Amino acid sequence: MDWIWHFPQIEGRTLRESARAVDQHYRAFSRAWGGSIEAAFRPLLDFLLWFESLLITTPWWLIIAAAAAIVWLASRSTIVTIGSVAALLLIGLFGLWEDTMRTLSIIIVCTVIAIAIGLPVGVAMAWSNRVRTIISPVLDVMQTMPSFVYLIPIVMLLGIGLIPGLIVVVIYAVPPMIRLTDLGIRLVDREVLEAADAFGSSRWQTLWQVQLPLALPTIMTGINQTIMMALAMVVVASLIGVRGLGQPVLQAITNQYFTQGLLNGLAIVAIAIIFDRASQAYGRRLQQHREATRNG
Amino acid sequence: MADARSGEPAIRIRDLVKIFGSDEAAGVADVRAGLDKPQLLARNGQVLALDGIDLDVAAGSIQVVMGLSGSGKSTLVRHVNRLIEPSAGSIAVLGEDVLAMSPRRLRDFRRRHISMVFQRFALLPHRTVRQNVAYGLKIIGRARHERREAAMRWIERVGLGGYEDAYPAQLSGGMQQRVGLARALATDADILLMDEAFSALDPLIRADMQSVLLGLQTELKKTIVFITHDLDEALRLGDSIAILRDGRIVQRGSTPEIVLRPADAYVRDFVAQVNRGRVLRVGAVMQPGSVDETSGAVQLTAGMWVEEAVRQLSDAGASLGRVVDASGKVLGTVTQAALVAAMVTPPLTSP
Ligand SMILES: Nc1ncnc2c1ncn2[C@@H]1O[C@H](COP(=O)(O)OP(=O)(O)O)[C@@H](O)[C@H]1O
Ligand SMILES: [Mg+2]
Repeated sequence: MDWIWHFPQIEGRTLRESARAVDQHYRAFSRAWGGSIEAAFRPLLDFLLWFESLLITTPWWLIIAAAAAIVWLASRSTIVTIGSVAALLLIGLFGLWEDTMRTLSIIIVCTVIAIAIGLPVGVAMAWSNRVRTIISPVLDVMQTMPSFVYLIPIVMLLGIGLIPGLIVVVIYAVPPMIRLTDLGIRLVDREVLEAADAFGSSRWQTLWQVQLPLALPTIMTGINQTIMMALAMVVVASLIGVRGLGQPVLQAITNQYFTQGLLNGLAIVAIAIIFDRASQAYGRRLQQHREATRNG
Repeated sequence: MADARSGEPAIRIRDLVKIFGSDEAAGVADVRAGLDKPQLLARNGQVLALDGIDLDVAAGSIQVVMGLSGSGKSTLVRHVNRLIEPSAGSIAVLGEDVLAMSPRRLRDFRRRHISMVFQRFALLPHRTVRQNVAYGLKIIGRARHERREAAMRWIERVGLGGYEDAYPAQLSGGMQQRVGLARALATDADILLMDEAFSALDPLIRADMQSVLLGLQTELKKTIVFITHDLDEALRLGDSIAILRDGRIVQRGSTPEIVLRPADAYVRDFVAQVNRGRVLRVGAVMQPGSVDETSGAVQLTAGMWVEEAVRQLSDAGASLGRVVDASGKVLGTVTQAALVAAMVTPPLTSP
């Protein structure tokens, strides 16, 4: 009657042995395939390095001017634009310019990749309930699994560096993009969809002319969240060799440099706020004529 | 392809059954065995939306389908362009079996031959009026300048000139439905489906839109299926009216047939609300036959509202009218008593 008081667990030795077996198989797999997988990512790595050095070598005032132009075009808001320029100036003033450019580079690339993956997957989920029932639990796992756990196999496979860092960030940042694309498309007014059908639209015509444009505000929210989550991963990514604002923070933790940690942290916050305000203002502008006051 | 001259109906529906719920085939068998809507719901948990519909719509005419909410009107009209698949029955449009169409053919059919106007307008909120009107043309891949030209023409025709760059949310309901109408007309489809197209509008705007539609129809001669729950609207627009109840057509006919000889209590309840003097014309009430020219009767035209005829007879102090057609040819006679009787709503007696 032992099982009443003690959980009838698998024997410790069996557990250890099977865990070791799994690890060994995975190690063998990564020895066999790690090289070719790395080679497959090579063009992406080259692009990342090129983009990073582009941001770093471009004169600072040109970057600030470009950032101001983009923020202005997206938000059409003077306050947001002036705030962004001021934040970037302060970052440079405190000597964080180069690290900020590195972080900016990986965040931008990660966001673009997350959109490139998230949009089609989100559309597939909205179109098919089967796809939805398969993908949805996968997203749940991606969002709740501590990122350190999937860090392990990725590092075992690809070592440390930019590419594994990028993969970790994308895994963490892509779920909101997928979910909000799916949600946005599902929320499109049924009558409008019926009208598109009644006029003989093909599936793709409906997607491009009706579903994506009407889902765009929701999709913009997804992009915004993806950027925020990617930024939140900057410190974790620096653990596996991604340079940028994360590494000084890591250094600050081990050496108890409070001020250094705070300054770099604030730089991350500043970038986050710039992205957030600009993309939200853009999303609001997209909505504008839908809610225009009646004057008929 | 059928046309008005061949006498073939533009739309021919036979024994159409639609059941919502799982296992439609078993439901159809039960319906054929005589179960009605409440019985089918109680026994199978299925909703019987359409129960053996036969309907012919003549080319170039307005067929109104009227019934209370839930009677199956929207379901019926969506079978014509196969937005809904039937459980049983056949549908032929312009001589072609709609149910036999491949997905590709069906798309093409919807693009060129049939279009639709929706109760809640269903416009694209992110597109301007012009882009909305041009939507059907964009779908078939017309060149930009062609789309623009056609859209502008139809925007003018429905009286929205000057609003082409506005967004739907900036327009009133009536104006939005003008956009919906222009969008449907812009593809030059022969058939127009209108599902409670004016029901969401205020009464005055609604009357306005009815006039717009009738004005366009005298020129365009489209085949129109017009859904409504409003009898006044039905009588005003319909060349023929079908009354739907629980998925069955309980009566089909022209305005005077429906008003003067309602088939059952359901139709009589509908008819009780109308101003009969203004939906019946003298021609529907008169006695055909020649008249003694010396009888001194007042001359009335067959197309005159009954209400107007009563006024003219009483103004003249006469009790008999001579009915002539538009060219002055004598058609028959009508008595003041018959005119008044036609205007009075018969008492509501349940059979
Ligand atoms: N998609 C559906 N699923 C289940 N029942 C439906 C569906 N669409 C309509 N019905 C039912 O079919 C009947 C007819 O509906 P409908 O055609 O919309 O009526 P109407 O347009 O005359 O108001 C109603 O009882 C309604 O509840
Ligand atoms: Mg309806």
